[in-house]
Amino acid sequence: MRFIRSIATATVLPVLLVAAWWFTSLGSDDFFWPPLRDILTEVPSTWFEGRLGADVAPSLLRLSAGYSLALAIGISAGLAIGLSAPLRQYCEPVFEFLRSIPPPVLVPIIMLFAGIGDSMKIVVIAFGCVWPILLNSVEGARSIDEVLHDTARVYGLGPAARFRHLLLRGASPHIVTGARQALSIAIILVVISEMFAASNGLGFTIVQFQRSFAIPQMWSGILLLGAIGVILALVFKLVENRVLAWYFGLRRKQ
Amino acid sequence: MTLPPVLTVDHVKKVYVTGDRSVEAVRDLHFEVATGELVCVVGPSGAGKTTLLRCIAGLMDVTSGEVRLEGSAISGPPRGMAVVFQEYGRSLFPWMTVRRNVELPLKEKKVPRERRAALVDEALATVGLDHVHDAYPWQLSGGMQQRVAIARAVAYEPQILLMDEPFAAVDAQTRADLEDLIRRLWSRLGVTVLFVTHDIDEAVYLGERVLVLSNSPTVVLEDVPIDLPADRDQLATRALPRFAELRAHVYGLVQQAKRGVRAVPADSGAAASHSTAHTTPHSAHRERKSL
Repeated sequence: MRFIRSIATATVLPVLLVAAWWFTSLGSDDFFWPPLRDILTEVPSTWFEGRLGADVAPSLLRLSAGYSLALAIGISAGLAIGLSAPLRQYCEPVFEFLRSIPPPVLVPIIMLFAGIGDSMKIVVIAFGCVWPILLNSVEGARSIDEVLHDTARVYGLGPAARFRHLLLRGASPHIVTGARQALSIAIILVVISEMFAASNGLGFTIVQFQRSFAIPQMWSGILLLGAIGVILALVFKLVENRVLAWYFGLRRKQ
Repeated sequence: MTLPPVLTVDHVKKVYVTGDRSVEAVRDLHFEVATGELVCVVGPSGAGKTTLLRCIAGLMDVTSGEVRLEGSAISGPPRGMAVVFQEYGRSLFPWMTVRRNVELPLKEKKVPRERRAALVDEALATVGLDHVHDAYPWQLSGGMQQRVAIARAVAYEPQILLMDEPFAAVDAQTRADLEDLIRRLWSRLGVTVLFVTHDIDEAVYLGERVLVLSNSPTVVLEDVPIDLPADRDQLATRALPRFAELRAHVYGLVQQAKRGVRAVPADSGAAASHSTAHTTPHSAHRERKSL
């Protein structure tokens, strides 16, 4: 019952917004502002007849590759840096500089090294996503209790066990926060990277529609992007609830 | 005492150096703990009890002297030692269930699965927690959390169990229960225990010997044998005249320690039999014991 009510609460506003859009756009004859009805009728023919595999799948693959790369680098480097105070002092100014560079401006430069293929797009996504993950991992490693470190030493936990059972789990609340920020950055960057030198992908297709004045199709692509974002956020929440069940419980208790 | 010592603290000295300032925390600690003994260490606050325990546990390097476990000098935490920390809430892994907390050190010790399960079951049953295997530590009360930490230490099958003011943060009733639990563990499992506390009553009630520490820089002021019956009871033992005597004696020593006394003449005091107290020429104020 509570579950049904929470779903109802979460869907009220979206339903109202869609209804508002539907009715205000119903009689629209503005070329750039087609009725929502027209946009939705375009969805099946635009996306479900080949483009799901040809454009959506490549985008999702690039997104997951770039995001995973950022997770691997951000977590491992962040935890290592978080454990060492001198390393932290050396790295912090550099990180502040690098993280304030907007990744899109790097696209032309990365193209010079990584070419115009998938690796360029993956590098752009990873570069943008790595900072929130890395900086939060540093914070996470720092936040682990001294007594837990002592406990791990006393009971002879080796490096592998210490990484898995102490560092990774202890820093996980922070890491998850960074990973959530990185996920929305990843969606933005996958679209942007596909606007440069691409031949497929969601970003590429949306820009193609726009340039060929296929306006309802363009709008349908934007809706699809939004839907993908919502689904990814839901999946993220599911994973988070599993990984951080202990943390939420502990916080409720305090 | 014919058994060889499990633990030898051999003229340990600890000086903290920060920049160009140095603070002498421990001057010269020297004592032994024999197999199967239950030794309490008591001292005024600021006596360097935590420093001493961290040195023995191998969590901190000593400046000079050495700590030996079964004859071999330690550098870093040795395998045969388990520690129960004061901060029970911070020494258990909050992301692991009670069972996994107790089991993890055994996994690292490469104890085979079946033996591991048996050890965990037994340890949790011994501390009276066989019903909460799958709970998380933070779901339990403070006393129960400290029981989990004790179970983890016991399951590890250490040659010596170090306890750093383990009951300082629990309420008085829980504390009495946990004290009796330690006595039971000690007599049933024959585990050697070094128990650090600031509570004089607790030290006398629990220990077979009480080491009284001086103020910092620390030396052993006196090594007091506790000749109370082995079967201790919160009411009966504490009501014994001998308990009151020993308590008064240790209390007197701690008071002297607070005033800065670092040496007690070996011939004084009814209880001092094998005192390892040192005469330090540097001690500014030296007093005669007045017991």
